[in-house]
Amino acid sequence: MDSQLSQYLPVLMLAAVAVAATAGMMILSMMLGKLGRRSKAKDTAYECGMIPVGNPTPRLSMRFYLVAMLFILFDIEVIFLYPWAVVYRRFLEHPAMANPILFSMVSFLGVLLVGYLYALKKRAFEWRN
Amino acid sequence: MDLLERLTPIEQSVTFGALKVVGVFAIVMFLVAYAVLIERRVCAAIQDRIGPNRAGPFGLLQPLADAVKAFLKEDFMPAQAHPVYFWLAPALVMIPSLLVVAVIPFGSTLGNPDNRMVIADLNIGILYTFGIASLGVYGIVLAGYAARSKYPLMGGIRSGAQMISYEIAMGLSLIPLFLLVGDLNLGAVIDYQARGLFGWLIFKQPLAFAIFLVAAFAETNRLPFDMPEAEQELAGGYNIEYSSIKFALFFMAEYAHMIAASAMLVTLFFGGWTLPFFGLDQPASTFWGGLLHIGIFLAKLLAMMVLFVWVRWMWPRFRYDQLMALGWTRLVPLALGNIVVTALWLWLKAG
Repeated sequence: MDSQLSQYLPVLMLAAVAVAATAGMMILSMMLGKLGRRSKAKDTAYECGMIPVGNPTPRLSMRFYLVAMLFILFDIEVIFLYPWAVVYRRFLEHPAMANPILFSMVSFLGVLLVGYLYALKKRAFEWRN
Repeated sequence: MDLLERLTPIEQSVTFGALKVVGVFAIVMFLVAYAVLIERRVCAAIQDRIGPNRAGPFGLLQPLADAVKAFLKEDFMPAQAHPVYFWLAPALVMIPSLLVVAVIPFGSTLGNPDNRMVIADLNIGILYTFGIASLGVYGIVLAGYAARSKYPLMGGIRSGAQMISYEIAMGLSLIPLFLLVGDLNLGAVIDYQARGLFGWLIFKQPLAFAIFLVAAFAETNRLPFDMPEAEQELAGGYNIEYSSIKFALFFMAEYAHMIAASAMLVTLFFGGWTLPFFGLDQPASTFWGGLLHIGIFLAKLLAMMVLFVWVRWMWPRFRYDQLMALGWTRLVPLALGNIVVTALWLWLKAG
């Protein structure tokens, strides 16, 4: 087996143990658990004992959607930074590569900063009305 | 031992791998159970109460009693809930939190030098932990959605927005570390730190540590950032409609996440299994030395977990707009600034 892939064999073993334990616990509780009765009151959504009011899936603030979009954008930037961070010191050892490796990422972060400032000015991060 | 020597090297490595998996899983589950007891006892001490002390000496059997109780309770699913998602959600929260520990080196070597004390010595180390840890958000959002009820839905959506927001700060905060170390493997991070007490990355990157610590609290949904639960506002949040072991699974997942976050903090900033004294920063040559390294790691892990518990009972909850403002307008720029400063410093040093 390829050594790169065989590294992941123990991860698979741990995943199998974790899935088995979780499923086992849920099945065990189904077998051991008390059998309850159903009633109309018990089947209603819990709202601190009051009769549920309004739509059970209310409309949510648009800001959650905005945060999700911003997350995708910024998380991709983070992933770009990791390979750069790993090779950075090795590139610095070669005098010809020292400036390009620094300034390519500084310019990239500069572009990112402009986008960040735009989101800040558009009040994308403000949750107070 | 005769039996072990008769196996081929591949069979030996698989056997040791399986033993490590079972051992780590058992220790994590044990710690999850006793983290709950530690939490309740520390909370009681802070609030000037006694805390659970009836089950066994000093309440040491309390986790067992809690587990039995959780199993025996009625496993109820409300009529309006979506059955498949309702069952899937607790498992989706629990499983990733148990998988994060796979790449954490919890000791040097045990017995022979090839038998390294890490389940999977992946070269992408830290990316694996980020990838797996962030899967937990699916379970929480799904739990909120599956119940088809207002409080859980709001708790789930809030939690989703919170966890993804702090993931940015978390990811950015660690980049200066990897600028210094130059390798994503967590074993390499520990080797880098094995140069005396001030080789520990907390002393080289205190700002990164502060940002990572705050983000870790937010990622594990612990106070002062426990928005998803927010007992006083949402009466429990995403787990409201759950009962029996499914409810308990959410809590076990929270503690498993806390253990994983503590293990990451110890590995990244506190030198993992090393101690800068008595030559304990070199891989162990004897079996007992290897055990001692595991003991050092567990002691550091426990200290971090006590910090998590201590903070929980000392701090009030943030308001949601404060939480989002802290994440996006404070931690993200700070982390970006830290990256640029570290990169410039290394560049100047290299001439």
